[in-house]
Amino acid sequence: MSEPVLRVKDFTVEFWVDGTWYPAAVDMNFDLYPGKTLAIVGESGSGKSTTAMGLMSLLASNARTSGSVQVKGVEMLGASPRELQKFRGKEVAYIFQEPMTALNPVYTIGFQIIETLRTHFDMGPTQARARAIELITLVEIPDPEKSVDKYPHQLSGGQRQRAMIAQALACDPALLVADEPTTALDVTVQAEILDLMRGLRDKMNSAILLITHDMGVVADMADDILVMKNGVVVDQGSADAIFNRPSHPYTRELLASVPKLGSTQMRELPYATESKPVPVLKLENVTIEYPKRGRIPAFTAVRDFNLEIYPGEIVGLVGESGSGKTTVGRASIGLIPIKSGKLEVVGRDISGASMKELREIRRNTGIVFQDPASSLNPRLPIGESIGEPLFLANIAKGKELDARVEELLSQVELPKSYRNRYPHELSGGQRQRVGIARALALAPDILIADEPTSALDVSVQARFLELLQELQAELKFACLFISHDLAVVDILCHRIAVMQNGNLVEVGSRDAILKNPQDPYTQRLLSAVPVPNPQEQKARREARLASK
Amino acid sequence: MSIFTRFKRKSVDNDASQVDIFNKETEGLSQGQIVLRRFLRHRGAIISLGVLSTILVFVFSALDFKIGFLKYHGWWKYNYTEQPDLRTQGCPQYLSGCPTLSINPFSKSFGLGDHPFGQDDIGRDYFALVMRGAQRSILVMFIIGIVGGVIGTVIGAISGFYRGKVDAILMRFTDFIITIPSIIIGSVIGFHFGNLGATFLAFYLGLFAWTGLSRLVRGEFLSLREREFVDAARVAGASDRRIIFKHILPNAVGVIIVSVTLIMSGAILLETGLSYLGFGVVSPDVSLGLLISQYQDSFTTRPWLFWYPGIFIIIIALCVNFIGDGLRDAFDPRQRRRISRKERAQAKAVSLAKQGEN
Repeated sequence: MSEPVLRVKDFTVEFWVDGTWYPAAVDMNFDLYPGKTLAIVGESGSGKSTTAMGLMSLLASNARTSGSVQVKGVEMLGASPRELQKFRGKEVAYIFQEPMTALNPVYTIGFQIIETLRTHFDMGPTQARARAIELITLVEIPDPEKSVDKYPHQLSGGQRQRAMIAQALACDPALLVADEPTTALDVTVQAEILDLMRGLRDKMNSAILLITHDMGVVADMADDILVMKNGVVVDQGSADAIFNRPSHPYTRELLASVPKLGSTQMRELPYATESKPVPVLKLENVTIEYPKRGRIPAFTAVRDFNLEIYPGEIVGLVGESGSGKTTVGRASIGLIPIKSGKLEVVGRDISGASMKELREIRRNTGIVFQDPASSLNPRLPIGESIGEPLFLANIAKGKELDARVEELLSQVELPKSYRNRYPHELSGGQRQRVGIARALALAPDILIADEPTSALDVSVQARFLELLQELQAELKFACLFISHDLAVVDILCHRIAVMQNGNLVEVGSRDAILKNPQDPYTQRLLSAVPVPNPQEQKARREARLASK
Repeated sequence: MSIFTRFKRKSVDNDASQVDIFNKETEGLSQGQIVLRRFLRHRGAIISLGVLSTILVFVFSALDFKIGFLKYHGWWKYNYTEQPDLRTQGCPQYLSGCPTLSINPFSKSFGLGDHPFGQDDIGRDYFALVMRGAQRSILVMFIIGIVGGVIGTVIGAISGFYRGKVDAILMRFTDFIITIPSIIIGSVIGFHFGNLGATFLAFYLGLFAWTGLSRLVRGEFLSLREREFVDAARVAGASDRRIIFKHILPNAVGVIIVSVTLIMSGAILLETGLSYLGFGVVSPDVSLGLLISQYQDSFTTRPWLFWYPGIFIIIIALCVNFIGDGLRDAFDPRQRRRISRKERAQAKAVSLAKQGEN
């Protein structure tokens, strides 16, 4: 066997916090050989990214590292900044999660690639430019001759990530560290980027250290897997062994909580199809427009949208980012005005409602927001946040209000004592439960859930979805569940609506959409979702590439 | 050797330290407590706070004053209006009213003496005058801070929350105020209202001191109003007023406090400058700036008339600035405490030791 590109021994990273050293990654040991992909998986806070950054001493100044990291046989820990610089970019290249923040917005992508090239090689400007165009062609950005002079904001998210990869590949690195390279991207784009990375790895025989929380991506890419939990490697092995014969209980738990497409049983609609009840939410030819601001023209986010939600059912609204899902959700509770069409909530038209009428209507609605960090007021104890709708609607005050808040807290399975806690003292999953408790405070007829699980770890997400299902079964509210994750929608929903670029593409029962999609866009979306099983994913990938 | 054992213990006790982290997370600190803790760790700010409060007590308890029927008798024997005899004894030739303060513990005259800071031209005790001047200056500082703070917060909050036309009008008005140099506004105000006393002067100056703050608050509101908890409050049925004051303002309080302390340290210098130019506090009342301007000619012959008010100005302004600095650091979660060189060296030694072990 050839020499490993990366050999990590007893590697430990600790952070100096409030007067003590806290370990973030402990005693890591692994080798990575050329042409192989090693995936580090784990939930947030498990120390995956810290490990990746620590390898090339890219950590903040309050970190210390110990152990040994060898790149091509050269020790990296304790190396002088000068030596490190020689290796960074040339031998070890990084791809970061956020392509927008990792590229400098004031320079063209060509300039940034040329900069990397000329730092490491003795190269003239023309020669470097030619090489940059070559690299851009390699990562399949359309029209490379022109794209080389484009600024990051002129490219789409996927193209930016490609530009990042081109920059990372500029010096033919022996090791590519990809830190959540596709997390910020849509599934269809993600599939393309993964294909690209796989192709490049095979072509250049470089090694990839892939850091991700998405088991589907891991199944798609990895040869070997490292499972981390709280800074400690709990399981280590080949992809086949980890996925098919997981030995460690944590790995098993992690794999079990990953939602899988098509794993749940047929689900009955909560009403008879022949005699439909009055819809709770009814959108008829709704068009929503963001008005023009200064020179920026008006933008139509949603066009001629039709959807009906009946009491007691959960409707999933899926689509890629920018397709207008969130806009529909917000308009449904009157946070965004609609331009034309008709929007009815519990039989009342809210398109032309006054503030007072809107307040009345909102008593029948609730919303759970996407970002648990921003959806709760950081200066209010959570009890007050939950009780606010009740207080403002004059339903309960004083003691009675306290009792209701405690009841709501126990409904979402949080201890009553949490009433006096502040949001930052809660974990993401707990905050999202508080969000649900607040949304359900007025016992709404319809709940809008706007990507409530996208910021959560898989195990937390699994528990959250269970809770939501239980609550729905108990309280029988209708729910519009907005998500980009088809697997989550599959677990939860009775019916699914698919959106693309502000248009409704397809709507139908869950099984009809997932098993027998009619629209080509839905088909594309479904085939791009990575499945957390290496063999199955390989078959799917080949089928997808063949159909191209 | 000790480092070795320390590290070994540490790697064995990994589980224990993880429990520690866990406890730290669930222990439960309110945002206020966290800010307080960070503030207490800022050494400069804490020392300044101590010095400033000592000065406050010292200065305000020195002289007699009256609030309604309550009369307070100060601990200093003279008042700033009394005119005891001019002391010439012990002074250099041709000079009178020199300070009696002696800090050399071996000299015969060690101690405060009769007039520690000396006397002015007509024999008034200079210590009493400086105390009175410091009182006025501090009063002016607080009034400007409060008036400017309230106006700046309200204007910034309204224009940041409502945006659009309201914002455009308020911000152009702010721009207009900014274009007028503060020293000119101060002179005009001092000329018209100076004789009404320091309180009025400070109030009117405060009416022009809010511009920077209002812009900061506006920016803060612009970003906070897009947060989802504001939408959540709106869905819950909260009115605009409730959203502004209950939901957004408490989140912007860090910016406001910091900015107000900086306004205050600017205010004390503004008052000094105006009094120096003759447009601030007018005699018979006293302020530190006025004292300096009155005796600027004596600098070469009787420098103490210049030193003492100057020292008080510098100390007060510095303290307020440091406190503002400490507050800003405490409210800013991105600020990280630097690791001392010693701790860094320790870390390095440990990593070397570990390598040696292998």
